[in-house]
This record gives sequence, structure tokens and C-alpha cells, in this order.
Amino acid sequence: MKLYEIAHSRAGDKGNTLTLSLIPYKEEDYALLCEKVTVARVRRHLSELVKGDVVRYELPNIASLLFVCHDALAGGVTTSLRMDAHGKTLSYALLEMDNEALPCQLL
Amino acid sequence: MKDKIRIGCGAGFSGDRLDPSIVLVEKGTLDYLVLECLAERTIALAQKRKLQDPTKGYDPLLERRIESLIELLVSRKVCLITNMGAANPIAAAEKVVQIAKARKINLKVAAITGDDVFDRVDFGKPALETSQPISNAGNPVSANAYLGAVGIIDALKSKADVIITGRIADPSLFIAPMIHEFGWSLEDFDLLGKGTVIGHLMECAGHITGGYFADPGKKDVPDMAHLGHPFVDVSRDGSGTISKVEGTGGIINLLTAKEQLLYEVVNPFEYYTPDVIADFTSVQLMQVGPNVVKVTGGSGKARPSTYKVSVGYQASYLGEGEITYGGSNAIARAKLAGETVRERLMVDFPDLRIDLIGESSVHGKEISFTSRPYEIRLRVVGTSPSSAKAALVGEEVEALYTNGPGGGGGVRKNVTEVIGIVSTLIPREQAAHKLTLLQS
Repeated sequence: MKLYEIAHSRAGDKGNTLTLSLIPYKEEDYALLCEKVTVARVRRHLSELVKGDVVRYELPNIASLLFVCHDALAGGVTTSLRMDAHGKTLSYALLEMDNEALPCQLL
Repeated sequence: MKDKIRIGCGAGFSGDRLDPSIVLVEKGTLDYLVLECLAERTIALAQKRKLQDPTKGYDPLLERRIESLIELLVSRKVCLITNMGAANPIAAAEKVVQIAKARKINLKVAAITGDDVFDRVDFGKPALETSQPISNAGNPVSANAYLGAVGIIDALKSKADVIITGRIADPSLFIAPMIHEFGWSLEDFDLLGKGTVIGHLMECAGHITGGYFADPGKKDVPDMAHLGHPFVDVSRDGSGTISKVEGTGGIINLLTAKEQLLYEVVNPFEYYTPDVIADFTSVQLMQVGPNVVKVTGGSGKARPSTYKVSVGYQASYLGEGEITYGGSNAIARAKLAGETVRERLMVDFPDLRIDLIGESSVHGKEISFTSRPYEIRLRVVGTSPSSAKAALVGEEVEALYTNGPGGGGGVRKNVTEVIGIVSTLIPREQAAHKLTLLQS
């Protein structure tokens, strides 16, 4: 199953850096996301788009994760040749992650 | 001194809708209306308009926004704070005075300047992003420091009705009235941190009311067509309650608030503004009613000793062309077209980008169920230092009409000037704000 089934996300941009929140619909799924959606998996999933480091912040106060992806926007909104130069659609790229490790009973 | 103030946010970017701000002022019982209309690149483009005409360089929608709001602002006694001054806050303030005079309205209008530091930036210094000298990126056209709340606070002390700024950090537009009304100390970084959290939640207007959120079946938003923009009741202790005008569309809940709290945040432990370094990791959000979210917590530490400066530079010209292929084998014909254009432009555009787009634009949805994908729109894009050369990209795409695969249609082409942005830092004393008061 995809992350899309249990979480939502919004993308943001700062220069050539992409930010992706990952917010479970049910707060009790937060621990599972922390365990399964690791930096390594996100890097692998977005490897075609994200060229730099990925930093993950855990925010238990709002039961959410934040991924900060460097060198991810082909130069950034001002000079990128990408159609979506802000990277605004990339939240849905993260949610496409097929999380085979997530148990199906969550659905 | 008040214990609670209500601040509405009626615009979250330069091109935002006008109607929600009118509803906010008319029915929102606001004390303050903030219109946040300035993005990183917006000010560089405004600087260019100012160079062409010294009476311009403010937000292109300023007249329309002010004309639609001015009488309501006066009758409802709402103070307007906006960064629509862009590259020319004085000219913007003069325009507001002119609009007020034509309506025989008495207004005190403040312009905050001092963010334009073009003559003080050393363009030989390395840019923060590249570690290369700023001037290596391209010819600089603008340099604006992100100023903090103090200029607006001065304007509020002068009892200005309308406050127009250039580049000021977005959350500072919101914490200025908090500091002014609650008598917060500029050194109370805990309170400034809390206020900055609220400002950040509010600054994108419709972002927190469901305006960039809906996903049918997963995250449904009622009556999006009449989306309301938010207001917040801020208390003296730095907590806030975010809501919207009754009867407007949209939704405010924990999901919309969380998405906005983390939006464009690169380090939730240290969110830099010119007023404070805020910490978002202790923020608590609570749904306290339908479309009402309470925000508590958050903190801060001492502000940075420098201002961040955004430098706009002439990067290049971007040339684009698009053409659509439909029906059987559409994708193969689109790919052939793309490769043909690539071969023709290879010498001038080694980094040409080719995109394949499409769903149901040329023949409707029902004509065939056997050819998939039914249509493909080819987009070709490249950059060049020269405008004439950039135009070659669109010209080659257009030439596919008689020099490419069969059945291509709907060509569009354009050339855009690209203004890039890099950042640097400047000592605070080199960017002192200046307050100019005008009276209608």
C-alpha cells in the first residue's frame, strides 16, 4: 500500500531546497511512519529528483515528520527548467512511496 | 492596552484573490488586515518596473485591492498592513493617498523603506547558496534586506491607518501589531517566538483555510468556490485562535494547520526571522470548535545579528515551445518530435529539457478507449543568455508543423526573462528602516 492511504503532505520550497511534511491522518500512526519512512527510503524513492542530502525532523508535538531535501529543485523556482519549478507537486511524489513494510490492516 | 486583538490575512501572495479580503473586513470584526503579497522574486521584477518608470515598482494589484477595500477599512476601523510597496513603498503610499482623496477619505498612510540595500551590498562577496561571488551568478538588478517588525511598530505608534512596506519578513507583518498592542518587549524572545508561529500559520492566507489542501475523497473541502481567508484572535500571552468568517467556504482543522505549520520550514528548531529565531517544536494545536483551531506554545531565542538580503540577478532567457499529438501512437510521434527538435538545437542548447504531458485536451475523453496514452503534449525548454537565441526553442517546435511527425497541433511558444535569486547577509546597522507619513 502507498503512504497516500494513511498520510498527507505539503511541499514547500526555499531556493533549491524542498520541504515535505508527512502527516498521518490518525495520530496513532505517527510511530509507524517514524519507523518505516526513513531518510534512506525517502532518498531512494526520490533519487531521480533529489540530488543532495535529506534531513528528517520528528515533531511529536504535532505527530508529524518533516523531510528537508537539498539540491532538489533543479536550481530552484527562479532558474529551474522544470514545469513545476516550485516543486509544489512533489508532496504527491512522496505519498506514492509504496510502503510494502506497512501492514495492510491499517487500510 | 488590549488583551486580545484580531488580525485577518486577506492575501497570501501577489496574485491572490480579492474577494476573501473584502469579506474579512466587512464581516470579520478585525482590528488589523494583513495582505502578504511579496515573494522572493517579486521584488526583483518590481525593481525592474521601477527602473522603467519611477512612479511604479509597487504591487501591480495595489490599486484594485485598495479601491475594493478602502471604504470598508474606514467604516470598520481596520488598520491595513501590507508589503505591497514592493520596490517602491513611497509611490505605493502616494497612490493610496490619491485613491483616498478621490473619495474624500481622510487617511494617514505610512511607507516603510530602508530594505533596498543595492548600493551597500558587496557583490564580490560569496552568495550563501553557491559560495561563489554573487556577481558570478549574473548582473545584479536588486538587493533587498528582510527587515523586521520595528518599522511597522513605529508606523503604528504614529497612528497610521494604512502601512505599506517593501521587503519585510512575512511573520513580522503579524507580530508588529502584537508587540504594539500588548507592549511586548523586543527582547522577550519567547513571546516573539510564539507570535512568529502565529504569523507563519497566517501568512499564506487560504493555506490554513483549506485553500491548498483538497483531495476528493481523502481531504474534502466544502464550498471551495467561496473559500474564506483566516483571522486569528491573539492573546497577550502569545496564544491564538484561528478561524474564518461564518458562512465562507473552506475548512480549518488540525490537518490544515499542521500542513501550514511545516510549510517551507527548513529547520523547525530554528526558524529565522529578523526579530527572533523561533522554535516550532513545542507548538500545540487543538481543535476547539468547527473551523476553530487554538495555537499555544512555541518559543524563541535571540534574533540574528545580520539581515538576510535577497539579490536578484539577470540569469538568462528561457525559451519554450509546446505541441500536442493525439490518437494512435501519439506518444511515439511526440517522442520523435522531441528528439528531432533536440537534434536540431543540440549545438546551442546542450541542456534542452523535454517533457511529455497529456490526458484529454484535443479530442475529448470518449473518442477512443484503445489508444493509451491518448494524447501527449510535448514541451521543449531551454535557456540562453540571449533572448533571440532562446526564441529558437519555440521556433523549432512551431516548425514541426511542416518538418516533424504527423498530426501535431496547438503550438504555443514563448520567451521569458529569468531573474535568479541568491542571498547574502548584511550587518543590521547597514539597513536602517525609514518611516514616511503621508496624509490624504
